[in-house]
Amino acid sequence: MLTDGMKMAQLTLKNIKKSFGDTPVLHDISLDVHDGEFVSLVGQSGCGKSTLLRIIAGLEHPDSGDVLIDGQSMLEAAPKDRNIAMVFQDYALYPHMSVGENMAMPLVMARLPLYARLPMMRSITPAGRGAQPEIRADVEKVAKQLRIEHLLDRKPAQLSGDQRQRVALGRALVRDPQVFLMDEPLSNLDAKLRVQVRAEITELHASSGLTFVYVTHDQVEAMTMSSRVALLQTGHLLQVGTPNDLFADPANLDVAQFIGSPEINITPGESCDGKVTIGATTLPIALPTSGPVQVGIRPETISVSDAPGLGALNSAAPTQRLAFNKRLIEDLGPEVLIHGTFAHAPDSIIRIRAQKSDAYSSNGVLAKSNSLEVTVNPNQLLFFGADGQRMRPTTVAQKRVETA
Amino acid sequence: MTVSKRQQTQTRLAYLLVLPATLLILAIYIIPILFVFLGSLTDYTLVSDYYEFVGFENYRQMFGDEVFANALNNTFFYALLFLPGAFIISLVLAIAIQEQKQFRSVLEVLYFLPVTSTLAAMALVWAALMDSGQGVINNTLQTFGLPRVNWFGNEDVVLYSLAIISLWSIIGFNMVLFLAGLTSIPKNLYEAAAMDGADHPVDKFFRVTWPMLGPTAMFVAVTSSITAFKLFDTVAILTQGGPDRASEVFLYLAFLEGFEYFNMGYSAALSLFFLGIIFLFALIQAFFSDRNVHY
Amino acid sequence: MADISPSPTATWFDWVKPKSTGRLITTVLLFIGAWVMVFPFIWMISSSMKPTDEVYDADFSIIPKTFKGFENYYGVIFEQPYMVFLMNSMIVCVGILVIQLLTAIPASYALAKLKFRGSSILFGTVIAAITIPINVTSIPLYIGLVKVGLLDTYFAMMFPFIVSVFAIFLFRQFFRGFPDSIIQAARVDGFSEIEIILRLILPSAVPAIAAFSVFSFVAHWNDLYWPLIVVQSQDKMTATLSMMQYHPLSTRTTGAPMPPPPSSPRRWSLHSFSPAGCSSGASL
Repeated sequence: MLTDGMKMAQLTLKNIKKSFGDTPVLHDISLDVHDGEFVSLVGQSGCGKSTLLRIIAGLEHPDSGDVLIDGQSMLEAAPKDRNIAMVFQDYALYPHMSVGENMAMPLVMARLPLYARLPMMRSITPAGRGAQPEIRADVEKVAKQLRIEHLLDRKPAQLSGDQRQRVALGRALVRDPQVFLMDEPLSNLDAKLRVQVRAEITELHASSGLTFVYVTHDQVEAMTMSSRVALLQTGHLLQVGTPNDLFADPANLDVAQFIGSPEINITPGESCDGKVTIGATTLPIALPTSGPVQVGIRPETISVSDAPGLGALNSAAPTQRLAFNKRLIEDLGPEVLIHGTFAHAPDSIIRIRAQKSDAYSSNGVLAKSNSLEVTVNPNQLLFFGADGQRMRPTTVAQKRVETA
Repeated sequence: MTVSKRQQTQTRLAYLLVLPATLLILAIYIIPILFVFLGSLTDYTLVSDYYEFVGFENYRQMFGDEVFANALNNTFFYALLFLPGAFIISLVLAIAIQEQKQFRSVLEVLYFLPVTSTLAAMALVWAALMDSGQGVINNTLQTFGLPRVNWFGNEDVVLYSLAIISLWSIIGFNMVLFLAGLTSIPKNLYEAAAMDGADHPVDKFFRVTWPMLGPTAMFVAVTSSITAFKLFDTVAILTQGGPDRASEVFLYLAFLEGFEYFNMGYSAALSLFFLGIIFLFALIQAFFSDRNVHY
Repeated sequence: MADISPSPTATWFDWVKPKSTGRLITTVLLFIGAWVMVFPFIWMISSSMKPTDEVYDADFSIIPKTFKGFENYYGVIFEQPYMVFLMNSMIVCVGILVIQLLTAIPASYALAKLKFRGSSILFGTVIAAITIPINVTSIPLYIGLVKVGLLDTYFAMMFPFIVSVFAIFLFRQFFRGFPDSIIQAARVDGFSEIEIILRLILPSAVPAIAAFSVFSFVAHWNDLYWPLIVVQSQDKMTATLSMMQYHPLSTRTTGAPMPPPPSSPRRWSLHSFSPAGCSSGASL
């Protein structure tokens, strides 16, 4: 199945629109997935990501728009004719069939005529008997690759979660698909297995060279596995890009808030005459428009100033101080998560994620006082207008940082 | 209050709570069953208080009795007519109705209507519809150039007539059971089947629907079989076992022996035989319902 | 689901594929079937408004040619003891249901949530008793009633049914689903067991009780077998049993159809729907 490496699979979605009744679920989605790419569709539940995947699979019909594979429209093709495989969220294994029968199902359907597929006819008819050894061999090959060859005679109910997951992958793989669709395949696994299977899927993608489209609500999954991430919200495609693009250069506030854990800190600021004021601090950053802005500060980019060695990784970077009131500290092992508020905006919780150090000990600075000064790097701040759209500084402020 | 004391009052309360039900179960089920068994070993009749133990004479008589053989025959023949229809028609209806979009609930109600009615009363309507002289059914047959049928007067036809009435009254019930079974099949199995290429109705049925319907199908088959063996109301009202014992089914015979002829001992033996059959069906169901659970 | 494109290798099986015409034909067939299912009711209602000689007219019409509805229903309601029969049915069914609930609910709570010796034996007996139909125990029950001279009483009509093993089983399963933690919290809060049953368990069991009540009422309303055995006089006759008097043909005696009694169709139509209107299910 992996021999045909030359097979191309460029998946194109063109202006897909879909409503269920009066409720629109997808507004005009266009997306290109290149051959061999791993693209994640990520978003909160109800954002339309699963519907989009099902439209690609042919399980739903879009109201308008087109699905193309290698430039050929697939809208009129039945799911089985699209050369697409899909792994369902709860695997959708046939509970009454053994693992082997489950995996053989796509091959039986493709290779036997209808009369030979009727009950018991498979072992009676010549067509059925003829195809049997070949199907068996193909199933065993894939089973071996996924290390489930010892499970072929078991029923799905006798398998553990990750084994079921592998069987579902196997059933998809035996068809030798061009495009591999996965609908939240890890959501039914516990945390430990999730990390393990995540790595296995990434490996499978690398070794097979197939085109993967992967649906998840978990941004960590999306960020760690994908070549590109497509972020959906209420049926709109917010941004498509590499994981780093989405993290460091989000197009708007929604993207910034969805990507990153803990969530990005938002605090109010004011843009005026080439400067941005945050509380008592003024930064020499020029934004295209004046007025109130929302300032996004990643928890990883804040450091506690009175605690040398705590926080900011590159302490050589230009910094800016802000008054901060500590509320509580969570010990995450190697790191600490400090919750508190900025003095200028006591209503919103700010989180700081920092490396652990001496400052955290019982007589360190964090234990002594609740009023702290924290420093941020102005270059790492993200600005959003009142409409939530990203505002990029018009001047490069890097070298002209002055203390207020 | 200490834990053990609390435990004690709780136990006492438990006995108090189950007492009425336990006494009644004894009086209504356990003791009567014992008496049925003992009675089946006697020649007791209600007419005279004198009786003696006759051992298994009643059972010997039962298996040598032509009337019993006839009743058993009639019951099995009737079941043979009734069961395939009660099963297959209901299943086909359920599948067809499930695929209906706008009319699903209307059709469900219409087909379920006979289940909600009192069979004893509707039997009279059927008697009128099936009237050999001026009944609507025979008139309709005649319109289509078909011969009239003597539905209840002909020995060879009467069991068919009863089976038709029973089917009419049970199809809606079985259909609803099948519909519940169909609805509980996860939709994504059909989607997985579509991805795997099993999108032809025949494949969908044999690969997904039928295997997933297993437990429901077994339940329907067993309850319908028991219903078939319990045929009584329509016989009692419409045919009284006639003509010439052609519709004398098992339960009606037991009723006649016990409450018309007052052969209590013999009737008790018949009752126990009947109970044996019911137990058999219950065992079959228990066996299969254990085997057929998937996840 | 999306329309399915015709596969390139068409086989003779292809006609089975759902096409819109196929679906239309199915719908039409389903409605024809539904007409057959409903026709007896239509005939009954229609006939109940006709004069007797029109009921058996060769050309049946749904709308009565001569409307006799008022007279017919007036006759059944005021000139015949039918109201008495209905009342008897009502008394028996309600009586059975009330006692069933009174005996089953406490017992099933004890079986579900309290520990006591013999509980598994009792529950096993309950399960076994579910499979025993009235037809098997009717002889000793009848003899017993004869001996104590209670035949042809409401008590005799209700007695075999006043404990429902099915209800005990059903409620026990339902109560087992009730969280132990809530019961324990209530005990800690000082509730007595009786209060727990009345104030916590019972309100939560309303859906199960309602479902069982419908089932029980309908089953005993429709019952013909037991009233046929114990009822001897007109003034204890149930509505269902009264149908016995009105079978229009007596094949056993004559083999030929007899003219129907003048009042029958309207009487049936008054009776044919159980008031609770749901589920025979008596086979369970």
